[in-house]
Amino acid sequence: MFEIEKIRGDFPILTQQVYGKQLAYLDNAATTQKPQSVIDAISHYYECDNSNVHRGVHALSERATAEYEGARKIIAAFFNARSEREVIFTRGTTEAINLIATSWGSANIKAGDEILITHMEHHSNIVPWQMLCERTGAVLKVAPINDDGELIIEAFDELLSERTKLVGAVHMSNALGTINPIADIIRKAHAVGAKTLIDGAQAAAHLAVDVQALDVDFYVTSAHKMYGPTGIGVVIGKENILAAMPPYQGGGDMIRMVTFEKSEYNDLPYKFEAGTPHISGAIGFGKAIEYIENIGFDAIGKREKELLAYATAKAEAFEGLRQIGTAKEKACVLSFVLDSVHPHDLGTIVDREGVAIRAGHHCAMPVMQFFKVPATARASFSVYNTESEIDALFAALKTAQDIFA
Amino acid sequence: MFDLRDLYMQVIVDHNKAPRNFGVLKAYNHDADGYNPLCGDKLHVYVNVNDDDIIEDISFEGEGCAISVASASLMTEALKGKSVSEFPATFNDFQHMVTADIAEEPDEEALGKLAVLAGVREFPSRIKCAVLCWHTMKSAVEDSHKVAVTE
Repeated sequence: MFEIEKIRGDFPILTQQVYGKQLAYLDNAATTQKPQSVIDAISHYYECDNSNVHRGVHALSERATAEYEGARKIIAAFFNARSEREVIFTRGTTEAINLIATSWGSANIKAGDEILITHMEHHSNIVPWQMLCERTGAVLKVAPINDDGELIIEAFDELLSERTKLVGAVHMSNALGTINPIADIIRKAHAVGAKTLIDGAQAAAHLAVDVQALDVDFYVTSAHKMYGPTGIGVVIGKENILAAMPPYQGGGDMIRMVTFEKSEYNDLPYKFEAGTPHISGAIGFGKAIEYIENIGFDAIGKREKELLAYATAKAEAFEGLRQIGTAKEKACVLSFVLDSVHPHDLGTIVDREGVAIRAGHHCAMPVMQFFKVPATARASFSVYNTESEIDALFAALKTAQDIFA
Repeated sequence: MFDLRDLYMQVIVDHNKAPRNFGVLKAYNHDADGYNPLCGDKLHVYVNVNDDDIIEDISFEGEGCAISVASASLMTEALKGKSVSEFPATFNDFQHMVTADIAEEPDEEALGKLAVLAGVREFPSRIKCAVLCWHTMKSAVEDSHKVAVTE
């Protein structure tokens, strides 16, 4: 049973007013709000258990270590990783991709190799590969999208070859809402011997992910888009691939033995976790995942479909509005431009009506270039949003049109 | 309560809809680019300064939000016919107006029509939109060949 009032009650931030208007938070693709259980877990850690992990023999350190590693277990189960050794904590999706591009890339990519990505990638799944290509002489290939913002599979197939060493694709586009056929992409990449990295930053709070069923080599995501804290994310990687990769950063915790002549590296996953980690972040991430599991993806998916359908119908009926991103398979994102109002003016105007949306290029400048717009306005929905918040958005859009009439 | 109309005054809406001095000058001896990468606002300012150091003609082109387009349009009107030596003072007056305390009345005598942009003070994330054209103009008259940014 999906009880919206109960869910909204879990998020203390949502009850507030801004500029005297009830807040309608529709910027969930940028970051989601945090339920009380996540906030409490983080507070509890600092109030009762704060200590460093994997080091002390005292009670606090043991509790901190148990909670930190407990979170890793929760995450491993959530994504159906083969073991906790496949779960590496990072600062977020961006660092996760940089880790793979740097560590796996330096060991496996040489001049003439190809990295294949899609035109709808976030900058964080473009720039690390460009940097790798600059270092190694490899070539970055980009699979095109169509006018609905969908990957053109035939073109992707043509770009894929024995030269392709890695395919990087976003699971759900943050700028368009498009859901990519990642199972198909992974299968095709493996058929030519390429490894796969799926950017799940936008998807992981909305779609169930089973890394074993997908057979994905690297699945990366961030906690803060899944009701968890900022500053923490993960690489879920295949153990045999991770084990063969060189370390990413050197320091404490990632070593077994250090002498000035030579250091011996720690086992997985610690080999990739140099320095004191974001302990409270990991604990909060674990709680956030429990929160998602308690609602369940069936209920989440059903509710978010209803919200997107409601918003899309309103958008189609709204004169002067052009949707950017109309993929058949999409979720949670309504990206658009208005004829008469620039997205940044729109952002300012709807903000004063209490409606929080994003206006800008969404860290996906190539997507903006494809649709020939400098920026879009983007409303993005989450399980706690309501139809009346969407009504507030469209009323605010009308206000903006009136100002510029 | 601050009203949206204090930012989007009719003059600003009008200048956005029909920007003055828009396009490339036939003859110009100074020009510069301005670009705010985060919001994507792009401007190019063209200036023709005569032998007496007077801004004989000035124009701009580019794309951006209503605030950046209207500000550029109003700037070209305000500077046309003025001497280049007066520009730094006007630049400072404008900069002061858009960053000053809300309680401070804009100096309408010094600023003239530019005072309609005083409302951006209430919208900190939009100040950069209003000043982009001024920084671009500064790059142009100083021949700095640097792309102006205000982010």
